[in-house]
Amino acid sequence: MFQFIFRRLSLVIPTFIGITLLTFTLIRLIPGDPIEVMAGERGVSAERHAELSAQLGFDQPLYVQYFHYVTGVLQGDLGNSLITREPVMKEFLTLFPATIELAVCAAIFAILIGLPAGIFAAVKRGTVIDHSVMTFSLTGYSMPIFWWALLLMLVFSVNLGWTPVSGRIDVVYWIDDVTGFMLIDSLLSGEEGAFSSAVSHLILPSIVLGTIPMAVIARMTRSSMLEVLSEDYIRTARAKGIAPWRVIVIHALRNALIPVITVIGLQVGILLSGAILTETVFAWPGIGKWLIESIGRRDYPVVQGGILIVACIIIVVNLLVDITYGIVNPRIRHSR
Amino acid sequence: MKKGLAKLTLALMAAGAIGTSAHAASTLVYCSEGSPEGFNPAFYTAGTTFDATSKNMFNRLVEFKLGTTETEPGLATSYDVSSDGLEYTFHLRKGVKFHSSKDFKPTRDFNADDVIFTFDRQGNKENPYHTVSGGSYEYFTGMGMDTLIKKIEKIDDYTVKFVLTKPEAPFIANLAMDFASIFSKEQADAYMKAGTPEKLDIDPVGTGPFQKVQYQKDSLIRYTAFKDYWKGKAKIDRLVFSITPDASVRYAKLKAGECDVMPYPNPADLKQMEADPNINLMSQEGLNVGYLAFNTQKKPFTDVRVRQALSLATDKSAIIDAVFQGAGKAAKNPIPPTMWSYNKNVVDYAYDPVKAKKLLAEAGYPDGFSTNIWAMPVQRPYNPNARRMAEIMQEDWSKIGVKAEIVSYEWGEYLNRSKKGEHDTVLLGWTGDNGDPDNFLYVLLGCDAVGGSNRAQWCNEEFNNLLLKAKQTSDKAERTKDYEEAQVVFKREAPWITIAHSVVYEPIRKEVKGYKIDPLGGHYFYNVSK
Repeated sequence: MFQFIFRRLSLVIPTFIGITLLTFTLIRLIPGDPIEVMAGERGVSAERHAELSAQLGFDQPLYVQYFHYVTGVLQGDLGNSLITREPVMKEFLTLFPATIELAVCAAIFAILIGLPAGIFAAVKRGTVIDHSVMTFSLTGYSMPIFWWALLLMLVFSVNLGWTPVSGRIDVVYWIDDVTGFMLIDSLLSGEEGAFSSAVSHLILPSIVLGTIPMAVIARMTRSSMLEVLSEDYIRTARAKGIAPWRVIVIHALRNALIPVITVIGLQVGILLSGAILTETVFAWPGIGKWLIESIGRRDYPVVQGGILIVACIIIVVNLLVDITYGIVNPRIRHSR
Repeated sequence: MKKGLAKLTLALMAAGAIGTSAHAASTLVYCSEGSPEGFNPAFYTAGTTFDATSKNMFNRLVEFKLGTTETEPGLATSYDVSSDGLEYTFHLRKGVKFHSSKDFKPTRDFNADDVIFTFDRQGNKENPYHTVSGGSYEYFTGMGMDTLIKKIEKIDDYTVKFVLTKPEAPFIANLAMDFASIFSKEQADAYMKAGTPEKLDIDPVGTGPFQKVQYQKDSLIRYTAFKDYWKGKAKIDRLVFSITPDASVRYAKLKAGECDVMPYPNPADLKQMEADPNINLMSQEGLNVGYLAFNTQKKPFTDVRVRQALSLATDKSAIIDAVFQGAGKAAKNPIPPTMWSYNKNVVDYAYDPVKAKKLLAEAGYPDGFSTNIWAMPVQRPYNPNARRMAEIMQEDWSKIGVKAEIVSYEWGEYLNRSKKGEHDTVLLGWTGDNGDPDNFLYVLLGCDAVGGSNRAQWCNEEFNNLLLKAKQTSDKAERTKDYEEAQVVFKREAPWITIAHSVVYEPIRKEVKGYKIDPLGGHYFYNVSK
């Protein structure tokens, strides 16, 4: 097992170098000078431009800039944002809890609904139930997120008034930032109603963000279950007179789960890297929106640092998925 | 099935949630369009940052009278100007208190040291604070304050004298701008002593009506009313900026009562807002202008007749309808009508393609010529859709034989290239900083600005002399006369096609009282009650 993990880890180093090189070059290939963008219509004089360039280190050759960047990264310093002048790492850490909170809730929503729906559709194959589950999941999969979010918002927040429109908690609660996770902070604050307000603010964004993963999980579960259900050992189990639910949950599901775990892992990786549209619509202060804005402003350090951290998260999630495989299916860990 | 489950879960969870839109009686929620870049307004140029800082947390020596572009006393009760226009002596207000923060409690009132610190930090490279937090003071240098201020003297604790290098009438209006917000020297000294000077720019104390309590990036900013505010405590107790970047979502929040005031609505939503009994849709002409600048140093635009012909060939009313969807007014002068010295008597070029064609023939282009129109890649208040605008002009010009190609670049590139004059004609605009006509006319059309913000690359001696004359006297009546005359010269020479001044809309909840639109684009909440 350790050897397996070690082998997976050794692949991370070249990936890491690749990512730093790629983000560093790509953001500089896009036309647009951060100083000009900052100045807008007002403009800056040539002398001032040169002065600022020197201050920010843009006047040095690219390979020197890259070298500084990488040595910084190795020491844990991702540089400071050109706009807010705050360390990139600090900005990331203040925003990341919001992204995690939303991603976890969306993942829970997607798994809780997607997995049973997929199983159900597989068991009732060819029936109306199967067809409707698949139609719904195809619709969910192809749903334009922006439109879906606004639609839910108009119906449930504006017309019915069941859920709040956007934000993380009602403005009447003045919650101190302790952990950055609103659910935990609202509980810690001890203010009455704060926790339920935080929960209510999570409902719509989680549903919107969880819709596509839910559809993917449902479809994957269904096809994987169908394959397993037609195996000989299932027939044997049934012939032995084992209760139908036991056959499905204990015998079939465990084997059907392997591809589903891959999908869940990939989806969670995507969710953690920030949901740009959902975060924008629901004014959710996460890292997706942060990265998009910094690309628009040509805020090089934030783009480089942010993407690097996100890439690392995806690497870690994938690694965890691989390890989970090994646990679920011993054949995988032995064969490598 | 799955959807049914989703709905069921939603309904159950929603039923458990309580009181989502109930506000405490005196909390005002402003749904701002973005996060501030930081909390020291001297570093930045964005209105979003100013709303969160200077407009509500700080004061300046002179301030803009709310709802106008005129100045009124702020932290200075009065000022005297020497006869040569080089010395400005300010008499400071007594008994003005600073806010306190978590790690700083002021021990003295506002005085001359704070004024000197605020300006010395920005202008004096030797000041220990000059380079703290990056040390780029874009507006201070942009408005030429670094070369204009020769020295600042403390006469006594409540009197400060500014000595200028040249007479400059717009100086007073400049001091009302956001970069001139007064900081506490005592706080600065305390942080410097503690070895953490950069904290001054993260958690500064001001003298304004609201003090910052908490900022969560991209989420919200909380303020409480400052009870010792020198004008008296604000009518609301708490002010919350709920950061909501999407305009449709801001509107949904306004409808649901989750915010009380929202800026920048979608033009498409205006009709619905007007009809909503819970919403009061306020509007005012913005202090801006959208224009097309001819590159007057490139042929054929060196010829005034060509510029006039294209002005005649452009149908502004079609642009107002299609691009501004009614939320704009045709512009005839380079300054907006809400600004003092606006010349009402200037006659604009009326849409007349026949006359345009004749004029073009006179200039030696009977069959027209080929040129380009640069269209901005971004949406701005003075131009919501430059591409569409360029297309309409392209169509109009083709009727007199002028074939225009539409060109666009990434925004930073666009600004840079047009500054260098690589364009034939370019669409751009301007939003005023300080309500002084000089801030439009000299900045955008003065000879000094050629190769910079003067995109027409236009230097006209007659026009420029009038502006220079107006700069040197502080007599407003005299200045008004000069600017009015300059506008006549401008129209005759036609370096720009003045296109439109946009109308600013601000929907607020009906229960909000006392809110006024600031023509300079800021959002102030001191006078507001609920």
